[in-house]
Amino acid sequence: MFRTIYILWLRQLKRYVRSRSRIIGSLGQPLLFLVALGYGFGPIFQKAGAGNYLEFLAPGVIAMSILFTAIFSGIEIIWDKQFGFLKETLVAPVSRLNIMIGRTLGGATVATLQGIIVFFLSIAAGFRPTNLTFLPVALLIMALTALLFTAMGTAIASLLEDMQGFQMVMNFLVMPIFFLSGALFPLSGLPDPIVITAGLNPLSYGVDGIRGALVGQMHFGFITDLAVLSGVTALFLVTGSYLFSKMEI
Amino acid sequence: MLQREEQESHSIQVRDLTKKFGDFTAVDNISFSIKRGEIFAFLGPNGAGKTTTIKMLTTLLHPTSGTMLVNGYDPMKDQDAVRRSFGIVFQDQSLDEELTAYENMEFHGVLYRVPDRILRKRIEELLNFVELWDRKNDLVKHFSGGMKRRLEIARGLLHTPQVLFLDEPTIGLDPQTRNHIWKYLKDLNRTEGITVFFTTHYMDEAERVADRVAIIDQGRIVAEGSPEELKKKTDAKSLEEAFLSLTGKKIREEEAGSIDQMRMTRRMWGR
Ligand SMILES: Nc1ncnc2c1ncn2[C@@H]1O[C@H](COP(=O)(O)OP(=O)(O)OP(=O)(O)O)[C@@H](O)[C@H]1O
Ligand SMILES: [Mg+2]
Repeated sequence: MFRTIYILWLRQLKRYVRSRSRIIGSLGQPLLFLVALGYGFGPIFQKAGAGNYLEFLAPGVIAMSILFTAIFSGIEIIWDKQFGFLKETLVAPVSRLNIMIGRTLGGATVATLQGIIVFFLSIAAGFRPTNLTFLPVALLIMALTALLFTAMGTAIASLLEDMQGFQMVMNFLVMPIFFLSGALFPLSGLPDPIVITAGLNPLSYGVDGIRGALVGQMHFGFITDLAVLSGVTALFLVTGSYLFSKMEI
Repeated sequence: MLQREEQESHSIQVRDLTKKFGDFTAVDNISFSIKRGEIFAFLGPNGAGKTTTIKMLTTLLHPTSGTMLVNGYDPMKDQDAVRRSFGIVFQDQSLDEELTAYENMEFHGVLYRVPDRILRKRIEELLNFVELWDRKNDLVKHFSGGMKRRLEIARGLLHTPQVLFLDEPTIGLDPQTRNHIWKYLKDLNRTEGITVFFTTHYMDEAERVADRVAIIDQGRIVAEGSPEELKKKTDAKSLEEAFLSLTGKKIREEEAGSIDQMRMTRRMWGR
């Protein structure tokens, strides 16, 4: 059973490491956010007395890259479904639960790695974490966030027929999750509807935890962040496994 | 229920098997048996229900009704036992193109729990058998259609299955490669006694390779027997003529239907 999970995990990792163009391409967006927004809004942010914007933004951009990579890893199942490889896994004498676990762990590892790369990228862009002793906490929260959204991607992928639905998922789910998470702006003092939406958005807790660990600014606090992230991850893992086990091809 | 004796001499037994998708009946109450060591062909036009039948036999789809036994196990109840006992080459390509030939084999071996010490030897043996050993470390996306097919066959054999399912194994390949592939399969059938169940719409292939043929059309088996018997029954000179007189139509309208063309293009572009 562990070898099965391991080989599925290894496959995701190999695919990631080999797609160098995908890795480089996926760094363009965070870099743009860091430079254009970080430096563009920096002075206004400072004038408003909110401190250094790049310091505030970088954890949000790290969370963003984890979100996108994780969702994409989950959604890759549709790819495998369309191009046939999934059948090879599904006729093997392996339970679907193990397949789901292996893939999800693989996708989450890849997303965490991507987050780490963006962490270094933001340092290159001028970001300075204030407290390095909390680095392991940041890593833990990044990994949880990655797991959560990979499981969510898998759940969604089990429901979709083909790649056509993917664009819709990006526009109507992933983008709102990103923009309404407090990744780009502080949540305090905003209109209630936005604050409530952000409170219902699991990414807000990932952003909050990473930001708290790296620069010491928090909205919810570590305990809440960890509790919400673990709870929602468990929920998506269960739904994802269920939907995946029901999928017919 | 099926007789014990019959179970032992047969690899596959199917009784009154039906699959409906909504109102549409894709497989309509078919029955057939395949003896151990036999090469059996399902011959039929696009949409006849060939792939749907294979999917039910290989645990990918639940039948609407009917019973099946594959190597003595029920694909609905003993999923794992059935899965261990067959190998399959799907109609559409099912390799991971970002992995090498060896890695694709290794992945399969681990999923099927082939013990480590046997695995490496067996992969080498099989890749040599399909003449891909010297390309073992190349990414599959750089392979030609014929090479991918051969790799899929090698992979399907890795866990020493008793039955090999091949869904249109040679579609879109040139005649030379087709002959090549059938040479391997014939060898294998002769030396290891492996049962082969394949689908095709190439008449000559069914006639040349198969011990027994079932002609399937619109979800129903319209005739069954050795190529000789089918020809005799319909007083035809070739299987093609026999098919025409049994179903009242040619197997493929033109050279290839649009579905096949799409598949060929996909294969050519490596997808
Ligand atoms: N999941 C599905 N939902 C609805 N209809 C389906 C589904 N799968 C297959 N069918 C229909 O069932 C019929 C039989 O399909 P099947 O794939 O078994 O044909 P086939 O004999 O393999 O044809 P081909 O030579 O094109 O591969 C077709 O009309 C097809 O459209
Ligand atoms: Mg088919």
